[in-house]
Amino acid sequence: MAIRKKPNWKAPRIGAAELALLETLSNASGVSGNEAAIRRIVQEEINGLADDVVVDAVGNLLVTKKGRGQNLPRVMLAAHMDEVGFMITGDDGDGIFRIETVGGVDERTLAGKPVWVGEKRQPGVIGAKPVHLTTASERSSALTLDALRIDLGPASAKKARVGDWATFATEFTRVGPSLRGKALDDRLGVTTLITLLKHAPANIDLLAAFTVQEEIGLRGARVAGYAMKPDIAIALDCTPAMDLPRWDGSENTQYRSKLDGGPAIYVADGSTLADPRLVTHLQAVGDAYGIPYQLRQPGSGGTDAGAIHKTRDGVPSISVSVPARYLHTPAAIARLDDWKNSLALLHAALTHIDRDLLKGAR
Amino acid sequence: MLETKDLLKQMIQVSGLSGHEAPIREVIEPAWKPLTDEMHTSRLGSLHARKHGSGPAPRPSIAIVTHMDAIGLIVKQIDSEGLLHVDQIGGLDPRVLPSQMVMVHTQGGDLPGLLVMPPAHCLPEEDASGAPQLKHLRVDTGLRPTAARRQVRVGDLISFASKPVELDGDLLAGHSLDNRASVAVLTEALRLLGRRKHAWDVWAVATAQEEETLFGATTSGYALRPTLAVVIDVTFAKSPSAPAHRTYDQNKGPTLDWGPNTHPKFHREMEKLAKRLEIPVQEAVYSKSSGTDAILLQVTVEGIPTVVVGIPLRYMHTPVEVVNTKDIERASRLLAEFVSALDETFMDKIRLDKTDEN
Repeated sequence: MAIRKKPNWKAPRIGAAELALLETLSNASGVSGNEAAIRRIVQEEINGLADDVVVDAVGNLLVTKKGRGQNLPRVMLAAHMDEVGFMITGDDGDGIFRIETVGGVDERTLAGKPVWVGEKRQPGVIGAKPVHLTTASERSSALTLDALRIDLGPASAKKARVGDWATFATEFTRVGPSLRGKALDDRLGVTTLITLLKHAPANIDLLAAFTVQEEIGLRGARVAGYAMKPDIAIALDCTPAMDLPRWDGSENTQYRSKLDGGPAIYVADGSTLADPRLVTHLQAVGDAYGIPYQLRQPGSGGTDAGAIHKTRDGVPSISVSVPARYLHTPAAIARLDDWKNSLALLHAALTHIDRDLLKGAR
Repeated sequence: MLETKDLLKQMIQVSGLSGHEAPIREVIEPAWKPLTDEMHTSRLGSLHARKHGSGPAPRPSIAIVTHMDAIGLIVKQIDSEGLLHVDQIGGLDPRVLPSQMVMVHTQGGDLPGLLVMPPAHCLPEEDASGAPQLKHLRVDTGLRPTAARRQVRVGDLISFASKPVELDGDLLAGHSLDNRASVAVLTEALRLLGRRKHAWDVWAVATAQEEETLFGATTSGYALRPTLAVVIDVTFAKSPSAPAHRTYDQNKGPTLDWGPNTHPKFHREMEKLAKRLEIPVQEAVYSKSSGTDAILLQVTVEGIPTVVVGIPLRYMHTPVEVVNTKDIERASRLLAEFVSALDETFMDKIRLDKTDEN
């Protein structure tokens, strides 16, 4: 059945409050395995909104917001709370610490950055040998974890310990039409999900999962999917926009997604094949509502959908991501318009979900 | 010192790349104004401020020389996506550049930017996974292509935008502490000299272009003809992966640098005074070049007796340089004491054609 735009439909707004929430979330520290600070912010934000709020055995925050009516489709939306970062793994003394990365951080982006260490966010830096003392051959090999240390200063030698987590100390900023921050992946998704909870459509039971440990193997979503027993699942995430010009001017055919292209609808990635009925549904809604979207180029990578679709006897799943450049580095860049369009597409798509959507064979 | 520390934090939040020092000069000028008697800017952009001594005119003078310029980048090209290709100003290791926050200084105002390494598939295969190279790095301003191309021009300067971070134990981290930590030393020394008598004139000099040409120091030396000169610059502090024999401790005082750019007797006098006053100092040696303004200042006009004082700095030429403000304090005290002890006998004491009596 063709989708017609509902005349009274209005997209939830992204205004000052939503941007402030994104800023708070992006600046907060929540490396995989240590999502508590993020969970606290989300819990406070959704206080009083939901029918049921549970923190499960691994730290997922599972929120149920029922629609109006019986036997409504159970639609799970998942956004991961965790971000990539570091763990302190060695103490060299005098405030100098060894680190390992958590999640897929490019080690080449570590040198020369300020960091926050531990629960109290002790400030420190990752330095590098002065260029004057390096040789040309040294400079031709990348700086890897072997050579890099977090320096808190000798006076703070006891203020961090092995096992503490650390993040890049990047402050969220708006730059022109863009958003810049350390953890847009996936605090954009988290903020989108909070906003959808605040504007939940009445035609579905909305199952909001704020998940843990996505960056180290989609681990939180696996149990969240099992617990929530959804009919449909959508992962709200960030996807790499690798849309920069190539060095020789030849066409960039492996861009994955593009900034200003709108929300990226997944067809296939490294962890799942999206349910074609959901791909069609999202496209049809985008077309009917005049909301720009793009199809993410199939390729590697994965989202919480990759874990959820395999839970119980299988869950038709898909991902919708905000495209962002430079993910898994100290600072990513996304366009505000792409975020707005992602929220609009998701909200409109939810209002058109009914039991008939999955009637046909996959 | 609190006032000087605040000034230092302010100084490491402004640009002022080599050859384009106006933004930093405009911060130093008002700080030096109440501490000195006259001030002017040289034709190359160095700042000269004189504090008069109490001796009879014509008075000898001592110049305390600190370069104020900083390292950074410059726009070389703007591509179809509005991303900026860059070249460097001053010495940089490209491996510390990916994901740095920068400020692009355009004619229409400042634009925050992000230095980035393009994804692997956008680079030639042989460069995709190794050390980041300057030719491949880009600045993303977050603007759409047309807006970026409209606002940014080739030749626009790019400075680091990392904010000052205070670490426990009197440490301050940030960019351009090379050499604004030394400008802070000089400023604090002027403050101390305001409370004590000194016979000689003092020229406070903030030089231009040290990181590229050293021409600020030599032209200021020519213009001011000081009787003596002290160059203050940062030196390498001990830090992970830096060789121990070429680095010095933090929080153990400034270094007094020994080598060909240094006047040997002037150096020894400074050392003796530090010992007498129980101000901790470390002896640093360099075999050929001090790597500072002293290189050219020493051989300006008929030659200027020069010494080099170093402030140990970790991670030099990265945006997270770290200095211990206690070392700044100690260096400024040593300088102020040295200046106020200068009398009519000093030049005779350091004559190279006289054999040491002791």
